[in-house]
Amino acid sequence: MINRYLKGPARLGGLASVLLLAGCNLDVLDPKGPVGEQLKFLIVESTVAMLLVVVPTIILACYFAWKYRASNTSAEYLPKWSHSNKIEVVIWGVPSIIILFLAVITYQTCHSLDPYRPLDTEANAKPLHVEVVALDWKWLFIYPDEGIATVNQLAIPVGTPVDFVITSDSVMNSFFIPRLGSMIYAMAGMQTQLHLLASEPGDYAGESANYSGRGFSDMKFRTLAMPADQYASWVEKVRSSSDQLDNETYGKLAAPSEADPVKYYSHVAPSLFDGIVAKYNNGMVMDKNTGKMIRVQSAMSDMNMKE
Amino acid sequence: MAHDTTFHDAHSDHEHHAPPTVFGFWVYLMTDCIIFGTLFAVFATFRNQYAGGPTGKELFEISGLAMETALLLVSSITYGFGMIAAHKGAIRSVQLWLAITFLLGLGFVGLEINEFAHLIGEGAGPDRSAFLSAFFTLVSTHGLHVSCGLIWIVTLVVQLSRVTEISERMMNKLTMLSLFWHFLDIVWICVFSFVYLGSMI
Amino acid sequence: MLGRLSFADIPVDVPILVGTFAGVAVIGIAVLALITYYGKWGYLWKEWFTSVDHKRLAVMYIVLALVALARGFADAIMMRTQLALAYAGNPGYLPPHHYDQIFSAHGTIMIFFLAMAFMTGLFNLVVPLQIGARDVAFPFLNNLSFWMTAIAFILINVSLFIGEFSQCGWLAYPPLSETQFSPGVGVDYYIWAVQLSGVGTLLTGVNFFVTIVKMRAPGMTWMKVPVFTWTAFCACVLIMVAFPVLTVVLGMLGLDRYLGMHFFTNDGGGNQMLYLSLIWTWGHPEVYILILPAFGVFSEVVPTFSRKPLFGYATMVYATCAIMVLSFLVWLHHFFTMGAGADVNAFFGIATMVISIPTGVKLFNWLFTMYKGRVEFHATMYWAVGFMITFTIGGMTGVMMAIPAADFVLHNSLFLIAHFHNVIIGGVYFGYVCGMNYWFPKALGFKLNEAWGKAAFWFWFVGFYVAFMPLYVLGFDGMTRRLNHYDNPAWHPWLLIAEVGAVLVFCGIACQVIQLYVSIRDRNLPQNVDVTGDPWNARSLEWSTSSPPPIYNFAITPHVHDLDAFMHDKENGIDTRGAGGPYAPIHMPKNTAAGFMVGAFSLVLGFAAIWYIWWLAAIGLIGVFATVIIRSANQDVDYYIPAEEVARIENEHSRKLMVQAAE
Repeated sequence: MINRYLKGPARLGGLASVLLLAGCNLDVLDPKGPVGEQLKFLIVESTVAMLLVVVPTIILACYFAWKYRASNTSAEYLPKWSHSNKIEVVIWGVPSIIILFLAVITYQTCHSLDPYRPLDTEANAKPLHVEVVALDWKWLFIYPDEGIATVNQLAIPVGTPVDFVITSDSVMNSFFIPRLGSMIYAMAGMQTQLHLLASEPGDYAGESANYSGRGFSDMKFRTLAMPADQYASWVEKVRSSSDQLDNETYGKLAAPSEADPVKYYSHVAPSLFDGIVAKYNNGMVMDKNTGKMIRVQSAMSDMNMKE
Repeated sequence: MAHDTTFHDAHSDHEHHAPPTVFGFWVYLMTDCIIFGTLFAVFATFRNQYAGGPTGKELFEISGLAMETALLLVSSITYGFGMIAAHKGAIRSVQLWLAITFLLGLGFVGLEINEFAHLIGEGAGPDRSAFLSAFFTLVSTHGLHVSCGLIWIVTLVVQLSRVTEISERMMNKLTMLSLFWHFLDIVWICVFSFVYLGSMI
Repeated sequence: MLGRLSFADIPVDVPILVGTFAGVAVIGIAVLALITYYGKWGYLWKEWFTSVDHKRLAVMYIVLALVALARGFADAIMMRTQLALAYAGNPGYLPPHHYDQIFSAHGTIMIFFLAMAFMTGLFNLVVPLQIGARDVAFPFLNNLSFWMTAIAFILINVSLFIGEFSQCGWLAYPPLSETQFSPGVGVDYYIWAVQLSGVGTLLTGVNFFVTIVKMRAPGMTWMKVPVFTWTAFCACVLIMVAFPVLTVVLGMLGLDRYLGMHFFTNDGGGNQMLYLSLIWTWGHPEVYILILPAFGVFSEVVPTFSRKPLFGYATMVYATCAIMVLSFLVWLHHFFTMGAGADVNAFFGIATMVISIPTGVKLFNWLFTMYKGRVEFHATMYWAVGFMITFTIGGMTGVMMAIPAADFVLHNSLFLIAHFHNVIIGGVYFGYVCGMNYWFPKALGFKLNEAWGKAAFWFWFVGFYVAFMPLYVLGFDGMTRRLNHYDNPAWHPWLLIAEVGAVLVFCGIACQVIQLYVSIRDRNLPQNVDVTGDPWNARSLEWSTSSPPPIYNFAITPHVHDLDAFMHDKENGIDTRGAGGPYAPIHMPKNTAAGFMVGAFSLVLGFAAIWYIWWLAAIGLIGVFATVIIRSANQDVDYYIPAEEVARIENEHSRKLMVQAAE
């Protein structure tokens, strides 16, 4: 008998626990790197601060509506009452204090979590440089120091800060690996920067977080975070590929295509990335070290240039 | 007492319902002002985006501009004389001043079209660079306003020829066109100093 | 001859569209046939289409908004169904080409033609009555505004059957929306529809601004203006400042597309970031244009049904004005992820949060209006309390995303989608429906059915939570917006739940339709007829005249002695109507077909320009100018209602009031 009564709630409880489990497993709330960790803390912290005023508001809305319902003639009725300085002070004051608190953490986190800011790592680990190009509809990753490139697959060594420089050779996209943290836009003729770090090995989803047209839904990549030795052998694997990325093969790659498979390029034309940026910038590109505009000498910079 | 109040009501009724046409048009002009303000901001953003094309310094000539500016400034004065005549109720005189204003405005638009044709002929059309896109858009938005003003002048001159006295409604129309015309003058002064002189220096 | 239009542009090979077309055609022909059968064409033309009466225009605006709701919601449930299906290799039933048009149309229609039209409808119905005016300042422009909005909506729907709609999202970000990436007519449909409706909106803004500034009844000083009118006033200021920017930015996008200019192209020195900056300079104030009048509705409804004056009227006014000003300082929060510096992001983040303070104050004001009141639970009040609960949550998630660092993981995700539906459905839509239930008897003289109204509320309320709470979760799980298909198994159950929510919302809409039908059917039942003009024992001037009000609204301009003018008069035994006269002749504007004609020619212009049919575009443009010039030359634009006629109408109403009082 009791069992029968409990069955429904038990089932509901079962569903709830499934959903809760899923909740603990959400990409953004289960980060795999320090940037994501800090963002998660920030989200939780700010939510708790706001709940301090949100929960009482919702409770009061229900309570007042119920308590002062017309049929409850025993409740006090003040048909002329419409002002109270005490209440005014509280309703302006409490939200202001909470917003002041949030403003302080906003200011701090804007600086500490600025995507352009290199990460504070304990050892002065040498960062990995990756140049990212958003294409229609795939991601090109250029490893300038290794001289290799990949499409739709990003491999990074665990524990090493990764410095991304990001542009687009098409429309606006947004480069995003939810498990690792922040995203940033990819725009033609511009270079945005992002600093991330994976603290655990794993295979993390990456995507474009800004709609870019027909093939957008399949414009995704896998992020393989692996220990240093595995990463080294991955680099060797890419180096052994027979494909190379020069201006001609790049032109073919850049043509619109959907749901592209992973590709490896064992060699990349030097300053390919700068050329892609410069061709929308009148042949100029910003030097990442000095911040000055310099002219790129590359076949790319003359492609598509408006005459 | 009650009777007094209602009488007062009926009395204030007329005032209360005189349509605030001129005020409304003035408010509308403020929104137009925002259109021009935005276009100026856009021009400021693009003022160095030549994309390898010609710069303002290479393109603009002061002589034609001075003529355009003179025509438009004088047309504001002639419109002013038209308004003085309107307040006196001198219909024919209003028509005459409006006609002169029209010719001056037409001259302005003609010179502007000529300048644009010249630029496009040199390969410096609005599709050459973001700088030229912003330039053509800002200047021709003003030019289109002036052209609409010209159509409006013709409309009023024709309407004036069919009346024997200047009604309150007609006076409102003349006042609104006056506001419009002077407003375009002010915008042109901004275009002249900000776009042309600013690019030439 | 036909520009780039050819038979191939008519999508006869797409079953969904052919079916839709057949459905629209059948319903359309049925409606037209019924109108013809009952011989109502002359009536519709004379009394409605050419009407300059703000009350008639209000009804037409709200009908337009409800039609737009049907279209926008059809888009919505199609998207939800696609995402419930398109998982793990299943492509779903909507290929990207259609799906992308649907989400672009959904956003465009819901904002410009549901929300804006509904809002303008409420302005028209309430503002002149509430300030004791006989009409708006410019009745002809009011009619013109309506037709510009209506034909723009027609233009969007034409894109269903001739050509295609934009596939660039509701704000058409370049460079995707540039010719290089979107060579078809879709973006051109978008630009023309939004621009034409923008003309209507801008004129509405100017019109109501002038009306409120210049035509308030004697004695109605600014601090005695009802809160709904205050919010309408602030919304009009926002319209006048923000919409010109929209006109310019879409104009520039159009110039890029039509004349090959380089404002936002990748090449030629164009700058896509400028587009984002400008469109959001409009877009963020636009959000407040929509929500402020909803706040206004609650500020009228909650006091009326709590049988108490609004708590903290002055605070409410200051909060509204503060929001109006602050709304221009926050636009950058729509693109924190563009790479602006930390200080810039921090400024805009904090400015955004600051807006939540006056907004929060408003919520507390409504709460304390109920406090120690006598809250009557009409359907209207359900929407109001439902709003207070829902909007609070939406506000909270909004502040979360206002923290730039948090936005770095939430931007463009389904969390964002959940957030803005939370404030737009839970705030704007609940508010407008609340207002429709509240003012419906004023507009048409009978009340809406309570039971169906409450059923509609519960379906909407529960449906909203079921449909959108899962999207918050999906946002945390890294699901971005505008995906057509996906392969993450963790997302699928949540999207199935959201689909159930969409079905519940559909039931809510169905209840609203039934509510309208039942109410119209039972309009003559004694308990439904609004004889007195004051069915709710309400507080402001619009309730002092009959329902529906006579064409001149007030036979004698009311004198305002206090805030809540009508309640003050009722409590002090003052006859606001001044029954018995003496009456004077009333000066009124005549109906005109000019607004309709300008609209029709604009429709021709827009359609022709989209398809490069330049001769037809020229006809449209010349038609617009010619109509305006002819209208300007027309001397026969007004008339006087004789005092005897006014007396007859007023005495008739007085007689009804006496009969009612005797019963």
